[in-house]
Amino acid sequence: MGASQTRSDHEHQHLTDKTGFSLEQIKNLHKRFQQLSGNEETISKEDLDRIPALANNPIKKQIIGAFFDKRNQHQDEVGSCDEIGFEQFLMVMSHFRPPTLKTTDEEKEAMRKEKLRFLFNMHDTDNDGTITLEEYRKVVEELLSKSGAIGQEAAKAIADAAMLEVASTNVPHMAPDDFYEGITFEHFEQILKGLEMESRMHIRFLDVDTTTMRCGKSTS
Amino acid sequence: MAVLRPARRSSSSPPPLTGLLTCVLLLVFVSAASASRDAAAGKNNETRGDPAVVTDEDSHHQSNSTAHKKAFPVLSFNYDHVRKPFEISLWILLALLMKLGFHIIPRVSNVVPESCLLIFVGLLVGGIIKAIGEEAPILDSKLFFLYLLPPIILDAGYFLPIRAFTENLGTILMFAVVGTLWNAFFVGGMMYAVCQIKGANLGEVDLLSCLLFGSIISAVDPVAVLAVFEEIHINELLHILVFGESLLNDAVTVVLYHLFEEFSHAGTVTVVDALLGVVCFFVVSLGGILVGAIYGLLGAFTSRFTSHTRVIEPLFVFLYSYMAYLSAEVFHLSGIMSLIACGVMMRPYVEANISHKSYTTMKYFLKMWSSVSETLIFIFLGVSTVAGPHAWNWTFVIFTVILCLISRVLGVVGLTFIINKFRIVKLTKKDQFIVAYGGLRGAIAFSLGFLLTKSEMKHMFLTAIITVIFFTVFVQGMTIRPLVELLAVKKKKENKGSINEEIHTQFLDHLLTGIECICGHYGHHHWKDKLNRFNKAYVKRWLIAGERSTEPQLISFYNKMEMKQAMMMVESGIAPKLPTVVSSVSMSNIQPRGAARRRAIPSISKSREEEIRKILRSNLQKTRQRLRSYSRHDLLIDPFEDTLSEIRFRKQRVEMERRMSHYLTVPANRQETPSVRKVCFESEHQVYTYDDSESPRGPTVQLNLSPPDAVSLLSESPQRPNQSSSHRDKGDGEPRERERAPDEQDEQLKLSRCLSDPGPNKEEEDGGDGSFKS
Repeated sequence: MGASQTRSDHEHQHLTDKTGFSLEQIKNLHKRFQQLSGNEETISKEDLDRIPALANNPIKKQIIGAFFDKRNQHQDEVGSCDEIGFEQFLMVMSHFRPPTLKTTDEEKEAMRKEKLRFLFNMHDTDNDGTITLEEYRKVVEELLSKSGAIGQEAAKAIADAAMLEVASTNVPHMAPDDFYEGITFEHFEQILKGLEMESRMHIRFLDVDTTTMRCGKSTS
Repeated sequence: MAVLRPARRSSSSPPPLTGLLTCVLLLVFVSAASASRDAAAGKNNETRGDPAVVTDEDSHHQSNSTAHKKAFPVLSFNYDHVRKPFEISLWILLALLMKLGFHIIPRVSNVVPESCLLIFVGLLVGGIIKAIGEEAPILDSKLFFLYLLPPIILDAGYFLPIRAFTENLGTILMFAVVGTLWNAFFVGGMMYAVCQIKGANLGEVDLLSCLLFGSIISAVDPVAVLAVFEEIHINELLHILVFGESLLNDAVTVVLYHLFEEFSHAGTVTVVDALLGVVCFFVVSLGGILVGAIYGLLGAFTSRFTSHTRVIEPLFVFLYSYMAYLSAEVFHLSGIMSLIACGVMMRPYVEANISHKSYTTMKYFLKMWSSVSETLIFIFLGVSTVAGPHAWNWTFVIFTVILCLISRVLGVVGLTFIINKFRIVKLTKKDQFIVAYGGLRGAIAFSLGFLLTKSEMKHMFLTAIITVIFFTVFVQGMTIRPLVELLAVKKKKENKGSINEEIHTQFLDHLLTGIECICGHYGHHHWKDKLNRFNKAYVKRWLIAGERSTEPQLISFYNKMEMKQAMMMVESGIAPKLPTVVSSVSMSNIQPRGAARRRAIPSISKSREEEIRKILRSNLQKTRQRLRSYSRHDLLIDPFEDTLSEIRFRKQRVEMERRMSHYLTVPANRQETPSVRKVCFESEHQVYTYDDSESPRGPTVQLNLSPPDAVSLLSESPQRPNQSSSHRDKGDGEPRERERAPDEQDEQLKLSRCLSDPGPNKEEEDGGDGSFKS
């Protein structure tokens, strides 16, 4: 037990530098990872699918997909994998870290860009660098999917209006024959400038032991 | 009124003088009124024989029976009859005129916050009244707590930004409860130490009185905070922190005040009493919230059934909230928390149920009442300062002010240190400074002090309280704006109501909830999600009428935006492009063209296309509804809302036409939307034949124009009423050409020329009101 402890500590130390989590947080996340994967080295989509609390989430598929999306690994690869290891798991989680008191303004700016990039990747499913009208419609449809049958038509109208808004704030003077291809990352940043992503898109990562909480599947 | 007319005439003089002149005249009038009140009272005293209440008529009868027959009094003076409402109205009028005056003088209102100016005016008025020798009205505690305070709190509570509030609830509670306790005990204790100093002449002030004084002076006042913070537009986080604290500390203040007041009579405090005090705190706060929540749910439930009596909808909101406040006050629970809970609970359901007009009415009435209340409070504060008996004690007052400042700073810094361990987004030093500096005291402290039993100590306390209030409001209130600029504190961002932001806010909520689930702990988002689902599944069904109960939030937001845009169109008469940016982007720019073009479209002749357009257009018309006359009980069809839905409908129709134009080769209208200039309502069922012919003067167009009070955004609208009235005289259904008087013919011609004018530009306009088919 002692030897493997120090080995995983060493690995975890390497991960703290890479992802910015503290050692305690990484240990807790590792425990959670073991829970989800059934003590194996990798988790698959089915493992995440099995979490009961996720069942009510309208954008469950997109969330799970984001974990297996190679673009979120910051390694300039594209496509998706079938299974991910702990390091990839952590990399995705690191997008949700909050800024601290010591974070400088440039770091906050970089953080915001990173988080917005994550969101952008979630929307841009065909990975062409733009969110087309179809993709945006799909996003709104998914959001309204749990809300009953009014969803379809309203989703289309809402997505259209939203797209119109993006187009008109970013490219105010389009000739009638021009076609707005899709939302690029710069336009995406512009339109969500007011939301202050670096302060909103985060969750609390616990520093204390949480093995008592069984939100996921029961350990076998 | 004769007195005010000179003020009007002098409006030619520069604006500052007008304000000043009005004020002076009003003050003269006030003093004249109070002087004449004395005179009338004196007259009554002479004619009265017995001490029973005798009306003027009786005295008249008496004088008539005893004296010779007098001439019938053509003009008599009877002020007593209307005295009370007259004086109240006069005071309110004075307050509002002052407020008006300040905004006319631009330079002053930029530097000095309104609350300071109002207190200053109060001081002036109080001084004048005292100089005349009259009894100045003081800020009676009952008046304050029952009539002046509730509107302000209701306004604040109803429009509380819930998201920011709940996200920072822990921090706010910490500041409100622990911070206020710390302030009270620190100030009380230290003042007791100060009172022990020999030579300060304060020997008789015992510990309990000091603690009582501390508890009165320690609470941050919502009225003062609102008055100052509303003008500096600080960012939402800081605003909600200070403001939330000022609201929630009411429970602590109530408990401490009653506790120490009871005990200062008894003389000693035991441990049991202290424990009871803690229990009392929980009872007061949670009880207040419970009472408020019950009334809130009742209000929401009532609003479900008000679809047939829209006129009284706002009243339900006001009355239920006021009842919540009063009911809480009956049991000595925290009335403020009850009011806030009621407003917060009611709001989402009531807003889904009431009509748009009721919502506007309610918003404006709340703002109006709270504005009046606030103005009156500050003026009365000034007057009471001049009026009340004072006992000035240098040591006491100076030390109070210093200790209040010190305790506030220490409290905020210490608490932030603890709070930052639990917060994700930490509070910076700048934030701490603003929170500490924004801890203003106000009229609540004064009224609580006023409620104390009369004694020499009370006067001393009151003097100190007033000094602290003046110091915080004047010094801190005036300097906070330049300090905010100096420290470059983040300002409030403009809320543009972007649909993209709303979509992504919801998306983020779900995303973060999902990530929390994957991470494996029940966090903030998880509970929020659970609450939302519970709300949707059970509560909304009971409290919201009709199919809106199942409407998801995104859709209601979208509908609200559409409504807003439609309103803008109606009010300005032209189509707004988009919320902020004028752009030429339209739906055609984002619709994927490729799919349409791929289809093989045979070229159609022009006339055939016109026919197709006409048919499609006519099939899209709704039946127009009849306008009712304005009856108070019969506001069934709201003409304004009808216009709005009409505008929305037209917008959609325009989009349809644009899509149609992709299939047809005739170029569509390049304008964004048709000018909405010609809108009219049909008043009778009329079959319409619309001739799209090119002749400029073949007015086979039969237009039955609406009654004059319809919404007609026509530039030629003044002519319409004439036409309609004359038209109605002559009867309907006939081609009007034959029956028109020659002078009307020109007008009619002009009208029809616009209507039947060919070409793509005008077609849209024609489509607007040409082919109405009922």
